[in-house]
Amino acid sequence: MSATLRSTEIAELDPLEKGPLVYRQSAWTRLTHWLWAISLLFLLLSGLQIFNARPQLYIGLESGFTYDNTILRIGAVDTQDGPRGFTEIFGKRFDTTGVLGWSGPAGQERQRAFPSWLTVPSYYDLGTGRVIHFFFAWLLSATLVVWLVASLLNGHFKRDLAPRASDLRKLPRDVADHLRLKFHHTRDYNVLQKLAYAGVLFVLLPLMILTGLTMSPSMNSVLPFLPDLFGGRQTARTIHFVVMLLLVVFFFVHMAMILAAGPLNELRSIITGWYRTDPPGPSAPNTKRGA
Amino acid sequence: MLNRRKFLTAAGLGASSMALTGCDVFDNQLRIGAPLRSFLENANDLTLHAQHLLAGRDSLAQEFTEADIRQPMRPNGVTAPNDEFYKGLMAKDFADWRLEVGGLVEKPLTLTRDQILAMPSRTQITRHDCVEGWSCIAKWTGTPLALVLDQAVAKPEARYVVFHCLDTIDRSLSGEIKYYGSIDLIDARHPQTILAYGLNGKPLPVENGAPLRVRVERQLGYKMPKYIHKIELVSSFSSIGGGRGGYWEDYGYDWYGGI
Repeated sequence: MSATLRSTEIAELDPLEKGPLVYRQSAWTRLTHWLWAISLLFLLLSGLQIFNARPQLYIGLESGFTYDNTILRIGAVDTQDGPRGFTEIFGKRFDTTGVLGWSGPAGQERQRAFPSWLTVPSYYDLGTGRVIHFFFAWLLSATLVVWLVASLLNGHFKRDLAPRASDLRKLPRDVADHLRLKFHHTRDYNVLQKLAYAGVLFVLLPLMILTGLTMSPSMNSVLPFLPDLFGGRQTARTIHFVVMLLLVVFFFVHMAMILAAGPLNELRSIITGWYRTDPPGPSAPNTKRGA
Repeated sequence: MLNRRKFLTAAGLGASSMALTGCDVFDNQLRIGAPLRSFLENANDLTLHAQHLLAGRDSLAQEFTEADIRQPMRPNGVTAPNDEFYKGLMAKDFADWRLEVGGLVEKPLTLTRDQILAMPSRTQITRHDCVEGWSCIAKWTGTPLALVLDQAVAKPEARYVVFHCLDTIDRSLSGEIKYYGSIDLIDARHPQTILAYGLNGKPLPVENGAPLRVRVERQLGYKMPKYIHKIELVSSFSSIGGGRGGYWEDYGYDWYGGI
């Protein structure tokens, strides 16, 4: 019924006091969103597969074998109670049996940094992990370029993402609203949304691509300043891992916000582009941008 | 619109159910030869062409200083060949070892260790990057492979340089599998591609590939075979070993190891 409405004016007359349905996400934004979602999922699962080949992170140009520049290590040790998995961060060791270091179905546990349900393929296969990883790395990068060009041309960047002076003023109120889980459904992103999306698209993903390229010996010959910029190939590998963790955090916050703000409406807007805004009223924040 | 919505919903559901039930749903599609796997492998050709375009023939891998050498070179893979023939050569300090250069060349060569040592050499301090993820900086000395290829004169149809090794890395029903690998002529003629016989100012140790191993500094470690005894120029490697261009490639590693 209301989904067939294509005009904000008609929707505003909805007797059920629903706010207007607005066209919020362009086809470019929706298409690139889902390509990223699929790419990032497989990059994560294949990336953890690759990490399992050397479940250790270092700081510096190289990996210390006769000296210690390790900041994270996942492994397994034999104890009186049988093998135990551990995760060691800055020299502090935690027992992570069952998930990190030692995992598997009952009776078939084995030494494995990340468990098989977090890697693709599920069994240990570095070569295949790399095939998958680089395929989706290309897809992610190409999607980022397509999105950037489309967003500059269709105004998505300037209209929806670029921070404005007023955003700074709204920030404290926006933080307070988020903490109280009070969400305003408007055509525009709120300040924290802008920061989160721009942070992922302009900071985390480029950082991921650049640290990834820094690990490529061939790219080192083309862009030798990259390893210098990141403090060496092994530091770049560590940053690549940390940015992965930040993207995973973003994913969970993103999901939590969608659930809290109304999952059907949010999903509809990223699938069909149409978004139900708050009904206009004295208490509602401006639902329409100044025209 | 509806079709795409259905598709995306299905894709989303598929992805989330996979995350819930474990990541084994794609396992069979990812084995060598499976259509999905073959499709994904195209990305490696894209990487090869993009990197060749960006890097050109002669862009140099980073070189480091003596101060950056902080530890012995970490040996990897086979570190003590158990082959009788190799052990015999080793017992005589490789005096009887020969390097054969053949295949698609005008002048096949057989070189002794002393002949190789007498050729012009290059010394470089570079970072070895293993496909597993670790790195180690060391100083390598050897003869540029380009000089050896110049002597042998590659035929026009030659496209790849195959390195045949003395070490048995695996066994199959048809017998012992010796390590082998291949690179294209662009990397073979790269100024830093050397047949190394020296490591950190000393003769190359057995664990690092004595008497001769190749350094291909713009690629990963698995592209730099150790214990080399034969260099073969070919137009295609499809009839060698498993046909994918190297021991690890036959097990699914990408042929191009520049990333």
